[in-house]
Amino acid sequence: MKVSIYRYNPETDKEPYMKEYDIDTQGKDLMVLDVLNLVKEKDPTLGYRRSCREGVCGSDGMNMNGKNGLACITALSTVAPGVLEGRKPLILRPLPGLPVVRDLVVDMTMFYNQYEKVQPYLQNDTPAPAIERLQSPEEREKIDGLYECILCACCSTSCPSFWWNPEKFLGPAALLQSYRFLADSRDLATDERLSKLDDPFSLFRCRGIMNCVSVCPKGLNPTRAIGHIREMLLERGV
Amino acid sequence: MSIRTVTFDAIVVGGGGAGMRASLQMAQSGFKTALISKVFPTRSHTVSAQGGITCAIASSDPNDDWRWHMYDTVKGSDYIGDQDAIEYMCSVGPEAVFELEHMGLPFSRTEEGRIYQRPFGGQSKNFGEGGQAARTCAAADRTGHALLHALYQQNLKNGTQFYSEWYAIDLVTVGDKVAGVIACCIETGEVVFFKAKATVFATGGAGRIYSSTTNALINTGDGIGMALRTGVPVQDIEMWQFHPTGIAGAGVLVTEGCRGEGGYLVNKDGERFMERYAPNAKDLAGRDVVARAMMMEILDGRGCGPNGDHVYLKMDHLGEEVLHSRLPGICELSITFGHADPVKEPIPVVPTCHYMMGGVPTNIHGQALRLSGGHEGEAKQIDGLFAVGEVACVSVHGANRLGGNSLLDLVVFGRAAGLYIEDALRQGMEQAEPTADDLDRATARMRRWEDSTGGESVAELRNALQSTMQNAFGVFRKGDLMQDGVKKVAELRERIANGHLEDKSKAFNTARIEALELDNLLEVAEATAIAAEGRNESRGAHSRYDFPDRDDENWLCHSIFDPNTKKLGKRDVNFKPKTVDTFQPKVRTY
Repeated sequence: MKVSIYRYNPETDKEPYMKEYDIDTQGKDLMVLDVLNLVKEKDPTLGYRRSCREGVCGSDGMNMNGKNGLACITALSTVAPGVLEGRKPLILRPLPGLPVVRDLVVDMTMFYNQYEKVQPYLQNDTPAPAIERLQSPEEREKIDGLYECILCACCSTSCPSFWWNPEKFLGPAALLQSYRFLADSRDLATDERLSKLDDPFSLFRCRGIMNCVSVCPKGLNPTRAIGHIREMLLERGV
Repeated sequence: MSIRTVTFDAIVVGGGGAGMRASLQMAQSGFKTALISKVFPTRSHTVSAQGGITCAIASSDPNDDWRWHMYDTVKGSDYIGDQDAIEYMCSVGPEAVFELEHMGLPFSRTEEGRIYQRPFGGQSKNFGEGGQAARTCAAADRTGHALLHALYQQNLKNGTQFYSEWYAIDLVTVGDKVAGVIACCIETGEVVFFKAKATVFATGGAGRIYSSTTNALINTGDGIGMALRTGVPVQDIEMWQFHPTGIAGAGVLVTEGCRGEGGYLVNKDGERFMERYAPNAKDLAGRDVVARAMMMEILDGRGCGPNGDHVYLKMDHLGEEVLHSRLPGICELSITFGHADPVKEPIPVVPTCHYMMGGVPTNIHGQALRLSGGHEGEAKQIDGLFAVGEVACVSVHGANRLGGNSLLDLVVFGRAAGLYIEDALRQGMEQAEPTADDLDRATARMRRWEDSTGGESVAELRNALQSTMQNAFGVFRKGDLMQDGVKKVAELRERIANGHLEDKSKAFNTARIEALELDNLLEVAEATAIAAEGRNESRGAHSRYDFPDRDDENWLCHSIFDPNTKKLGKRDVNFKPKTVDTFQPKVRTY
């Protein structure tokens, strides 16, 4: 099959280019990461991140035939019609909107900065009990669909609002984590967290485009979380 | 070669659970702590741990007792786990787990609001007399992910200095003392000397020495490689756990929690065959026992699928609600990698390399030990070097680790090392001062690759190494096959020494990292091969056709692989817990 991969090495290339590879997949419905590993055996200069190869570490977010996702859990048959059969090329590009370090590797600094801004850790200064803090199954259920985020950046880098204002708009991933702590019955910093979000950009730059929802490889819904934060801010306002 | 130096009180190499628990401890107390990780910390392999963390927190059973957990762990280890270390882990465990909860780890909950615990293999109440226990604390089937993110978040809060995507190349030693590590920034190629009074290895396992493994691609035994290259021995390195339920073909893990929640294994006749091998515990026997039973079924022609090369894990009888609430991640993985929806059909599974029980020998403070073979009295601490988590062999797992004990191991001993180093720093730890020659030695192997002009490719050599290990050192082992394996690994040492790194560029050069990782894979493979060939008995995960029985007379001991002589020595197991009576070796049945 034909694989077309975005290549850029800052030491040798003036500008990025697409490089074509012919890879024998023996007709198997491999994961995109398996295909990349085959390419790398032929061309060790290709750079990409990978670790768990099972969709839980979030290393190999990339753009595959126009859509962000994790290479390790995206089968060729699901990339686009015709890719598996070799009628169409597999086209791999780095996640959009972040600076490219090399090939498919992007500089995630901006993404991580936004994550850190939401104070992504439990805040509770009351003395801890000798055992765990109690939490009912119902309270615990409120953080389902939030804590599972793997920080792969597929969502934020598919978000036009994040492309425009990556420094000021926190982006779907960071906001999902913000809500993860707002929704946790054990966290006591609700007011402080909300105050930090109460400006025209941090949260309200979300326009409900929902690209984040359509690309999240874990099936999470940042738009809904953002909606919940909006409601909390509104309630606090009145 | 001139080299930039950065100085810290302590450096931790590895950003998984053990490393981040250690760094957190020291950063919380205000010590200047750096954490070097070749991936962004939450991409570390702890993230893949699914089922949970085993610990007697007395939630599921208010009368649960850490001593029962200790009994199970000693028995699970096939009696070569050190009883003082197991005692420490099981007794300190509850405190360490409650701390994780206070940090924010989103455990699943019981109706009482306590942490949810599920049954796992090898667990019992009342020292094996009270039936199956439910002792594994879980956050659905994403416990490792939840744990790793909570630890990363706390490290952020407490000001740990992260060097993410930095790769540690080798230890810097001054005589017998450790002065830090040489590491390379993957993004820029810059090579830096990280100087510290304490260097903590938390580099995880090395499952990638096998072609089929549940381990992440990054599990290349970097800490073991660095230790062996500076003459530090490794202990019980022949002990590799094969997890019963790797998804056939893909190698991806499905948790033992599947069986804990009521799933079971069947052969091609639909028979629940574990009833024959372990009449009491059945599918929840020790992992080594279950993995062997599966292989026996397959080898006897009762395997499933067109090639009869796997068995089935059946869970459809548990119902959609249980599967989706308690095992949601498993449902995803099974559909993606096994092409089977567990709600409707069984998952094809096969024993798959999963965990390295052996490693750098340490005491319960994580201090690395140097031994020359022989007996316990000869163990000597290595100044400045610590090891925690899978890279270490403290030893709490002995010849077979119990499910859920790895997460407990990494938080308990990550924490213990942190506590010990804090104390030592307060009392004034010495910094070893390396000379230019000392630094040169630690950059030698990188220069070897940089200067290579021809030879075999890294991918070619790695494939050869992995298939050698897969064929000769799997679930069942045999003397002649292993001798052949040892020879092949020795040949591979020559070939790898002449291997070629074609791409010499600086910016995010993953080819360079893979070459450096290959050196480490080789070190682990060689130690494994020699130790496995040398242990003339069957114990725990080490199972030999030619020595089918456990031999307590000669082998109720640790093996010590000495990299200087490439010979195998022995070391006494600790049978002296401090607060309970010794658990005497017994015949191990489930």
